[in-house]
Amino acid sequence: MALSECSLEMLQYLKLKSVNELFSDIPKDVRINGLQLPDGLPEIELRRELEAMMSVNKPASSQPTFLGAGIYNHFIPAAVKTIMMRGEFITSYTPYQPEISQGMLQSCFEYQSFMAELTEMDVVNASMYDASTGLGEAVLMAHRISGGNKFLISRAVSPEKRLVAKTYAKGADITLIEVGYDKGTGLVDLPDLKSKLTDEVAGFYFETPNFFGPIETQSQEIRQMLGTRTMVVGVNPMALALLRPPGEYGADIVVGDAQVFGSPMNLGGPTIGVFGCRSEHVRKMPGRIIGMTNDLEGRRSYCMTLQTREQHIRRSKATSNICTNEALLAVATAAYLALVGRNGLREIARKNIENMRSLSSRINSVKGFKAPRFDAYHFNEFIVTSESDPVKIHKALLSRGVHGGLVLNRMFPELDHSSLYATTEMHTKQDHDKLISALEGIR
Amino acid sequence: MTYHQAVHDVPLLFEGCETPAPGERFDPTLGGMLPASLVRSELIIPDLPERDVVRHFVNLSQMNFGVDNGLYPLGSCTMKYNPKVCDEIVGMRTVTDIHPLQDPSTIQGALRLMYELEKMLCEIGGVDAVTLQPAAGAHGEFTGMHLVKAFHEANGETRKEVIVPDTAHGTNPASAAMVGYDVLELPSMDGCVDVEAVKSSVSKDTAAFMLTNPNTLGLFEKDVCEIAGILHDAGALLYYDGANLNAIMGKTSPGKMDFDIVHFNLHKTFATPHGGGGPGAGPVGVKKRLGEFLPVPRITKQGEEYRLDYDLPKSIGKVRAFFGNFAVLVRAYTYIRMQGGKGLVSVSENAVLNSNYLKERLKGDFEMPFGQLRKHEFVLSGRPLKAKGLRTLDFAKRLLDYGFHAPTIYFPHIVEEALMIEPTETESKETLDKFVDACEQILKEDPELLKSAPRNTARRRLDEAKAARDMIFSWRAYQTKVQSAGQGPPSA
Repeated sequence: MALSECSLEMLQYLKLKSVNELFSDIPKDVRINGLQLPDGLPEIELRRELEAMMSVNKPASSQPTFLGAGIYNHFIPAAVKTIMMRGEFITSYTPYQPEISQGMLQSCFEYQSFMAELTEMDVVNASMYDASTGLGEAVLMAHRISGGNKFLISRAVSPEKRLVAKTYAKGADITLIEVGYDKGTGLVDLPDLKSKLTDEVAGFYFETPNFFGPIETQSQEIRQMLGTRTMVVGVNPMALALLRPPGEYGADIVVGDAQVFGSPMNLGGPTIGVFGCRSEHVRKMPGRIIGMTNDLEGRRSYCMTLQTREQHIRRSKATSNICTNEALLAVATAAYLALVGRNGLREIARKNIENMRSLSSRINSVKGFKAPRFDAYHFNEFIVTSESDPVKIHKALLSRGVHGGLVLNRMFPELDHSSLYATTEMHTKQDHDKLISALEGIR
Repeated sequence: MTYHQAVHDVPLLFEGCETPAPGERFDPTLGGMLPASLVRSELIIPDLPERDVVRHFVNLSQMNFGVDNGLYPLGSCTMKYNPKVCDEIVGMRTVTDIHPLQDPSTIQGALRLMYELEKMLCEIGGVDAVTLQPAAGAHGEFTGMHLVKAFHEANGETRKEVIVPDTAHGTNPASAAMVGYDVLELPSMDGCVDVEAVKSSVSKDTAAFMLTNPNTLGLFEKDVCEIAGILHDAGALLYYDGANLNAIMGKTSPGKMDFDIVHFNLHKTFATPHGGGGPGAGPVGVKKRLGEFLPVPRITKQGEEYRLDYDLPKSIGKVRAFFGNFAVLVRAYTYIRMQGGKGLVSVSENAVLNSNYLKERLKGDFEMPFGQLRKHEFVLSGRPLKAKGLRTLDFAKRLLDYGFHAPTIYFPHIVEEALMIEPTETESKETLDKFVDACEQILKEDPELLKSAPRNTARRRLDEAKAARDMIFSWRAYQTKVQSAGQGPPSA
């Protein structure tokens, strides 16, 4: 391949005839001759091709979609994108040189401040990859805090998250044990929890609202039952605009996903793992933490701190291997929360509850359907049970231009004929109408 | 010296945010939709006009330095220029507004892109199968170590040890430890893995050896074949840390070097922006014999239809929910299609050329331990600075005043006062020459200027010990601190 004139000058400076000489240290046995990949495309063709390839996807903007289960379709104010696409943010890296990186550092500190406020936790780190990996790390951290090689996890948690937690637990030889849910309310089955609280148990993870939608009402009792064991609470940060924060009822660790605050669904990634804990546990925490300090002129400044927990210092003794995180989404989260503000956020959260209540009661009045399945308070997600096969209903809805909820048959065989529906402020009355008339057409 | 970073005093968003008067309080029970026992008493976050929020963050961004601002020669991080067409592509509604649990028939474009990206990474890495699920390089290592564990367990073995060289990235030992392995750090010989040391360390207990090649000194591990042979003869696996893949595309591949497992840092080699720390993506590739252990779901193609296969009884399960960082995958796919096969080879050639040119121009000004020919990066020692009472840190801070991000410093640990420099292929000779001029100028300056650097950045040197002591990680913590110090409420 032709080299530019500057490249030739550099080669001459190095007294080399060909660029191949720069690779003479690669043993002949392992050399390869180029890559068998198509030729490169100019920008105009690239855009045409990618637009065409993606055009066969059916985004939520083209059909009402009632999926949630950890990823939610919320409105994103235009200014979020303006802010997060600033070249100074998006093309920087981990702020190893704080003097020249105050923008990212302060933005992450603002993110930590917002999340500390919402969760009422003393410390929230600068982000984990997502909620599922945050949960995995929380299991390991609970083991560091409380000892014990067993960890309890509610069955009313998404199978995706439970699978990820299992992978993390395996590395530390921790056994995950499931705690059941009450068949009527979907909430934590307290007698089952109690029967499984042996001495080897490091902690317990439950969610509110949980995977099926119900908001947990027994957090205080759970806290008491756990004693000195680590209580890990999973939250939907959007719901915390209204709900009692887990810090108030004694959570040791809080995890969740702030995708709901300003990040698109993006087929599930990137999202941003929220990870908070009480201050006495901070040295056992994974991830970057941004702290406030002064520069030598006494001006308020921000830098990464407590780095002796981290892999680049402590290597195999680190609290985690995490290096790259989701900092840009922390900026988006802080920008989103600042843009909607206290009143805006509460209005959005209220709209979610209203939409849930309205949709669930409308579905309930369609013959052959019952919603919500569980007798509990809900936020924006609930289970619909149907007389006929939910897989068939799902297909029929798709053919009518509606993407129905998640069919739970395979993951939760005990929840016969159930689907998980989510609705947010993005759904209009027309979207709900379309679903209802489609359901009426199916029965 | 013309660089001056913007200096703004930007208060925190929370500053001036007051507890609302009782009359203004929102009714959190929403007129009875929720019981009072479930709702929070107050939420104290600011309410600001859009204009103020945008100004806040734009002013903050001006106090941040990215590749879009200038040279960012942070060794091992591959801070190359990020083509803007990728921003357009990932902004399309057909990318942003799709849900991971949608029926596969409604996300065929996304599945096709991921399927094809896997195939392209197979070709680049010389491997047989790839998972796109890991969210970052370290997460790829974590995945790889689980694959190692699953492989040995399937053979009825419980091997306990993972070997890494002392030049390895910190994530390598940390990832192995997270998966329950004992980590053995191997001292290097002349900057490379010491084959004799490998021979004497490998045992029936060795599960894997983790290596990056070229290594963190920028040296190609010439004995890689012999090392692979030793490991494989002992029944252990060889893991390739792909952080330095930018140096070798189309020249060799991890697979060709007989590695069994490899991770790719899409945010490094494949130009997806680093985002101030993330998101990244760390796909993992494996040789055929390890394919059955990859995370679920696998994307398969039957006829023209893409499907999701969860039926892998030997799979390690999942390392992250859903498919990984999809938007990052779209960017990397776009970049690879833009470059094409020949373009990627040229990327590596220019990355290595830039690095060697810069090394050759700078090595006389510093010390350069271990060998001559480097790949995409090189490591200098700032030891000569000590004669002037200076450290590498002082030099790095002074570079900021010239509008260059500092190289990686004090890593790898085997080089005293290390400066690890990676210019990448996207920088011009002109920029590299300016960087050399700045370095030479700095070395001639009064040492006091270096010790007191930086001066042209938004802040001067920070009291990092104070940050660790005070432990102020949020606005709440700051308020508590100020109030307990008896200074009254903090001013806006």
